[in-house]
Amino acid sequence: MTTDIWTPVCKADDILPNTGVCALVDGRHIALFRVGADRFFAIDNIDPKSGASVLSRGLVGNLGERMVVASPLYKNHFDLQTGECLELPECSVKAYAVRQVEGQLAVAHG
Amino acid sequence: MNIVVIGHGMVGHQFLETLAELKIPGAKVTVLCEEPRPAYDRVHLSEFFAGKTAEDLSLVQPGFFEATGFDLRLNCKVKAIERRDHTVITADGEVIPYDKLVMATGSYPFVPNVPGKDRPNCFVYRTIEDLEGMKAAGAKAKVGVVVGGGLLGLECAKALKDLGVETHVVEFAPRLMAVQVDEGGGRILRSKIEALGVKVHTGCNTVNITDGGSAVHRMVFADGSHLETDMIVFSAGIRARDELGRQSALAIGALGGVAIDDHCRASDRSVYAIGECASWNDKTFGLVAPGYDMAKVAARHLAGDSTATFAGADMSTKLKLLGVDVASIGDAQGKTPHCRSFHYTDELRQTYKKIVVSEDGKKLLGAVLVGDAEEYGTLLQMALNGIALPADPEFLILPSSDGKAKPGLGADALPDTAQICSCNSVSKAQICAAVGNGVTDIAGMKACTKAGATCGGCVPLVTQVMKAEMAKRGMAVNNHICEHFPHSRQELYHLVRVGNIHTFEELLAQHGQGMGCDICKPAAASVLASCWNDFVLKPQLAALQDSNDYYLGNIQKDGTYSVVPRMPGGEVTPDGLIAVGTVAKKYGLYTKVTGGARVDMFGARLEQLPLIWEELIAAGFESGHAYGKSLRTVKSCVGSTWCRYGVDDSVGLAVELENRYKGLRAPHKIKFGVSGCTRECAEAQGKDVGVIATEKGWNLYVCGNGGMKPRHAELIASDLTKTALIALIDRFLMFYVRTADRLQRTSTWRDNLEGGLDYLKAVLIEDSLGLGQELETQMQHVVDTYQCEWKTAVTTPEVRQRFRTFVNSDAADTRIVFVEERGQIRPAKPEEKAEEKAST
Repeated sequence: MTTDIWTPVCKADDILPNTGVCALVDGRHIALFRVGADRFFAIDNIDPKSGASVLSRGLVGNLGERMVVASPLYKNHFDLQTGECLELPECSVKAYAVRQVEGQLAVAHG
Repeated sequence: MNIVVIGHGMVGHQFLETLAELKIPGAKVTVLCEEPRPAYDRVHLSEFFAGKTAEDLSLVQPGFFEATGFDLRLNCKVKAIERRDHTVITADGEVIPYDKLVMATGSYPFVPNVPGKDRPNCFVYRTIEDLEGMKAAGAKAKVGVVVGGGLLGLECAKALKDLGVETHVVEFAPRLMAVQVDEGGGRILRSKIEALGVKVHTGCNTVNITDGGSAVHRMVFADGSHLETDMIVFSAGIRARDELGRQSALAIGALGGVAIDDHCRASDRSVYAIGECASWNDKTFGLVAPGYDMAKVAARHLAGDSTATFAGADMSTKLKLLGVDVASIGDAQGKTPHCRSFHYTDELRQTYKKIVVSEDGKKLLGAVLVGDAEEYGTLLQMALNGIALPADPEFLILPSSDGKAKPGLGADALPDTAQICSCNSVSKAQICAAVGNGVTDIAGMKACTKAGATCGGCVPLVTQVMKAEMAKRGMAVNNHICEHFPHSRQELYHLVRVGNIHTFEELLAQHGQGMGCDICKPAAASVLASCWNDFVLKPQLAALQDSNDYYLGNIQKDGTYSVVPRMPGGEVTPDGLIAVGTVAKKYGLYTKVTGGARVDMFGARLEQLPLIWEELIAAGFESGHAYGKSLRTVKSCVGSTWCRYGVDDSVGLAVELENRYKGLRAPHKIKFGVSGCTRECAEAQGKDVGVIATEKGWNLYVCGNGGMKPRHAELIASDLTKTALIALIDRFLMFYVRTADRLQRTSTWRDNLEGGLDYLKAVLIEDSLGLGQELETQMQHVVDTYQCEWKTAVTTPEVRQRFRTFVNSDAADTRIVFVEERGQIRPAKPEEKAEEKAST
């Protein structure tokens, strides 16, 4: 993780609780989710099944122990913490670390 | 092998269907039908007067004859059978050879030999042609008489009532339905039917029919009294059509009918007889179920299965006659020596119940139920399977005073061989096997086994057996919407409404657990919208909406959205069209006219949506809710305004209905159609709500569907005024919104509704649950609180700013790439995108 670069993205209040937004980070599309008031998660925004940049527009929730987002196109679920696709593990995406400093969110990528 | 079938009625067609399944190699099948149309559903013939067409009543699946290669000849009456030559001779003189002959000639209505019976406007009740004649006469008649107060006579009385004539029933016996019902039951039946405005005359022997004074005919009775009427329908029983059997010297049963053995063979081994024309052990059967059995036995025997035998039939029946439930089981009259009976009469509610039990009180022999036949399924199974009765059998029919369930009959008590659906002879074992194959709802059960698909009387029992089997197999018989709520959608609706819950957080805190998911959130969003109709993107609600509702557009495969402005009734001004065209051109959108009679624009990026909608709103358009589980479109034909055939203004009504119900959130999308005349150019009968203009008002059809599983809508009410029509649609839609499952269209909802169309009519029209006013009020609230979601979205800054591709950049999504096709854009395919990348 030492090679990670932290890029500031937006304010926490730019994201409505329990929804996501898409951020452009060094040419990469990253979906940023806010769960409840102050938990944040980031995964790739591109849905591998369709190739469309849409995961941030999915519904957030939990399935059992896991926090997930459902792709708005084909409804497959992605683990917010790991990026794993529950239905099709081969379609999993990358997850990124997020931190909040004084109301500002930053994403780690390397 | 040449197989010739004489007659193509319900039983004849069942024979053909069975034959088609058996696929006998080298069989050449010829069907000779004297009627001008193929087999139709005579059991539901009276529905012809309630708006069903001959096509609706047809029993023949489209393509059946093409697929099987069976040769159906209509208008082809058989004159004679030449058994020595193995031929039949048609009325046209054609000689057709057979190896095996199947007689399915049915029966004819018996007309008592009364002078004057052949006068004009005297009918029988058997074929669609008879009904067409009655319809024509009924249009001019004020008074109509049915001769015969049996089962068919009362069906016929309903038909006359539907024609709008003053209806009388004249019965020779001292009570109605003398065969199936005893004296006590007959009395209640009579008073219920009279309360419906039908005049009943029992013990009446017609001796002459002459010219009337105030009407066309005068019927003179044996006691010297008389009755004046404009039309007469004879429905005094049926007789087997055995004339070809007699002509060809086949053995005839003691009471008529071609005598058959247990394999349904006539006295000539090359000839079979099935259905109402056949006599087994000197008995004929005037119900469809035994006919179907015979048809299957004959087909299997003909295919070489010598074990196929007909073993008689149970003549128990349950019917709804003029809206009155009547059921008769086994020894209804108590003729078994030393039997005992229990009676219960409720003159307030107008119900009569009787059971007949064996001398030792252990077995149920028969029953009569009038006014309420709820116990039919249980009692029938007890009688058929010889199930031991409880110690106090009277409690089987007595109302329970303490709200406790009656001593029912658990599905487990039934043997596997118990016949659950007698129309299609489906056993308990078959229903359980279907559950094993994955069937879990009643619509699926009907499709898979045909159980409950004919008269529908057994549906509650089928459901019970199915659920018991599912429980036994450990299949969750729970209808919980998902892991977060131990409730069905219907229950959630109730909890939201009664608990005055306005947010998902409250709902989850009070009735659920966890965070929610992509199943319960949109369902809750829909329920909250149906109840309170708040703006769907306000902060407390926005996070519940799925992508389509969140961005007020339909997401496409490449992540772009469609833009669909509402065009009520499909009506749009030239300026409106120009505005749509201008916007589409400016933003480079693909345009298409849709099946819903409006213009869709495709290829809009997230950040373009508010700009596009701002321009559309300025041009006078509103959201078309193409993205919502809500009212989509009301399709219309041009109606009486322009069309030379139109009888009413269908476009005007369509516009009004679309404007009334736009924005209503429902369990699934809803489509309407309004046709200006019976030609039905708007295809209203394929819609959730269909309206067709008549000379006298509007007919309302409900629960139709196109799509994957087409379903004809059913007529629920006729000749309504516009006010009555709208009140009824209000009730219908709100009742659907309140009780359907998530993502259940009205057609599946209706197929799974216990009690079916009759139940729906009772709730919506007769107001049996006392909900009518409440449903109308709730709908009026939705109508009064309508807002164009797009207008609110573009004018509310914190909502508008959510329509952006990137939270941290104004750049566009470069992954969205279009290519041109037929002069418009379309999303690039992956290989086309790769090509473009390579060349830059």
